[in-house]
Amino acid sequence: MSPDSEKPGAEAVPGGPGTASPGTVTGDPELLSEVQGETGGDGQRGGPWAIAWRRLRRNKFALFALGVFLLIVICCLLAPVWANDVAHTGPNQTHTLEKLREGGEVKEVVEPSGKAIGPQFFDAGGKFFLGADGHLGRDEMVRLLYGGRSSLFIGVVAAIVTTILAVVFALLAGFYGGWTDTVISRIMDVIWAFPVVLLSLALGIVLAVGGLVIGPLHLKSSSLWIPTLIIGFVYTPYMARPLRGEILAFREKEFIEAAVAQGAGPTRIMFLEILPNLMSTIIVFFTLNIANNMLLEAVLSYLGAGVQPPSSSWGTMISEGFEALYSQPLLTIIPGTAILLTVLSVNVFGDGLRDALDPKSKVRFEARAGTTSEPDAVGPV
Amino acid sequence: MLRFLVRRVIGAIAVLFAISVLVFLIFNVVPATNPAARIAGKNATPQLIKNVEKEWGFDKSLPAQYWTQMKLIFTGEVQSYNAHINIDKRIAEGIPATASLCIGAAIIWLSFGILFGYLSAVRSGGWLDRGLTVLALIGVSMPVFWLASILLYYFTYKIELFPASGYEPLSNPGKWFSHLILPWISLAVLFAGFYSRVLRSSMLDVMNEDYVRTARAKGLSQRRVMSKHVLRNSLIPVITLFGLDFGVLIGGGAIVTESLFNIEGVGLFTAEALKQQDFPSIMAVTLFGAFFIVLFNILVDIAYAYLDPRIRLGTSAT
Repeated sequence: MSPDSEKPGAEAVPGGPGTASPGTVTGDPELLSEVQGETGGDGQRGGPWAIAWRRLRRNKFALFALGVFLLIVICCLLAPVWANDVAHTGPNQTHTLEKLREGGEVKEVVEPSGKAIGPQFFDAGGKFFLGADGHLGRDEMVRLLYGGRSSLFIGVVAAIVTTILAVVFALLAGFYGGWTDTVISRIMDVIWAFPVVLLSLALGIVLAVGGLVIGPLHLKSSSLWIPTLIIGFVYTPYMARPLRGEILAFREKEFIEAAVAQGAGPTRIMFLEILPNLMSTIIVFFTLNIANNMLLEAVLSYLGAGVQPPSSSWGTMISEGFEALYSQPLLTIIPGTAILLTVLSVNVFGDGLRDALDPKSKVRFEARAGTTSEPDAVGPV
Repeated sequence: MLRFLVRRVIGAIAVLFAISVLVFLIFNVVPATNPAARIAGKNATPQLIKNVEKEWGFDKSLPAQYWTQMKLIFTGEVQSYNAHINIDKRIAEGIPATASLCIGAAIIWLSFGILFGYLSAVRSGGWLDRGLTVLALIGVSMPVFWLASILLYYFTYKIELFPASGYEPLSNPGKWFSHLILPWISLAVLFAGFYSRVLRSSMLDVMNEDYVRTARAKGLSQRRVMSKHVLRNSLIPVITLFGLDFGVLIGGGAIVTESLFNIEGVGLFTAEALKQQDFPSIMAVTLFGAFFIVLFNILVDIAYAYLDPRIRLGTSAT
């Protein structure tokens, strides 16, 4: 048997301009049977969104993950309630010399050795639910909730920034082609070859010192917007490239030709004809992007280039906790676990979304070297 | 092939040039502090600062400064602002540690990623598949310091099985190994999870190709079809990814892992340089890292054309 016989036919070159080679059906037997079942049974009712929604609803695992994520978001939004009514303290309030009365016992919040009190849960009426954070004696639970607000804000808003930038650049590059495409693609290439962590660290450190001034807009160096914009910016090519590939494929389709024949202008074609067709890809990328953003935020903050004091985030908490890893491992593990749970729930839900919206897995690979468009690429290490 | 190579190399040089300009602009147009004032020290007189400016060339125009900087980097004479160390030499000293970390981790993540991905695809839909999928998702979602701190706390402090941190040269293999095993695991888990998922979906796609049906029709056993026909072609995206990821890491991309475990490689040096805003060092490590990314991009394209004859270098890789 010559090895040639093992190779597939010459059609459907992966990663040609048409990234989604039509006609390839995903091999996932579960999905396959679903798709077939739906075309035969009740699946014909409703448009593609209705079908996707039905498919998602059946994926209990993904819905559970969405529930976990929403729960985490709600908890963090309610941080002031916990701080004012349960813990009676603020995220930056120190309790170095205070004592805690529990039943008949009196405990010091911070021992003379500098070791802080451990988790009390409801023993002290909710005070120091997860203990205190090192020698300053701040309430860990309150800090965790407030830190989560920063982390989630950065994760979600940076994903919005990435999506807007990527969609605009991809539409311009993919639709106009020619010089516009060349210029945008080359800029993307440069950012692409720049190690993500390094670029964001460099920007983060420079801006953390000087702040950012763009015309009338002045961002203070401690503003949460600085890490948000940086993270949103550095992930843009990872989303813009695969989108551009899809647009290139759409440009050749008949419905665009029909729109042109009707006399539609470029804006109309880009936003009313092409954009709706990209929605499923955008939604999947957006979701999985949130997870990566939160991981990058943690790394930036850990290295001192992300969220700046007096704000705190899960990343800054890990950074502070790591210094006392051996005496108080919980101070690193608690915020770390918070990140893990949030990112995991986003990833599981995003995965379910992808299966529901995109059963032909066209988002999975643009198999051309260097342009893997798997949206949930490995986060910063 | 030759034309392709020449074009890619020229493109790569252009990208590296653009990156160096970008870094230069980040640190010069958005000025943090006056570097001359920092080099001169705390109690410097204005005259001293002037002298330092002159000596280091900060009073020249930006293009001239850029030119001097690049010349110094490529002649191996570039000096750090803070401590008077030679940066190129410092990077060269970091290479063995970074390479040990990356190669070891790569072996672990490739082995587990491919094994788990293969099992997952072969048993797709079954309990093993579901279990491995959950494991892989946890692996992908894990912040590297979460795993690293748990490993550090448990194995170096609680049961004191491994030494805490640092890097030992390969001349003492036992020590080298025991210092690197925890960093290897921390780094590999993320990638192993991700690769197993990539391989799984790639195998499921390939399993529907016509030539696989042909192989089955010929009467080949399931095992043979899977390992010889499906796995071979499914590995192509994994190899692509591997080339790119490895390029990032070997160029000092494992900044967090090296910092957490205090491995004196290129990544740790990068972190230090960034913290001290030592511009010459940042410039040098960025170019070093970008060089490997660009290099591995080209290597991946070549490997790709070699592995998948349907792709011709001249036409597809623009």
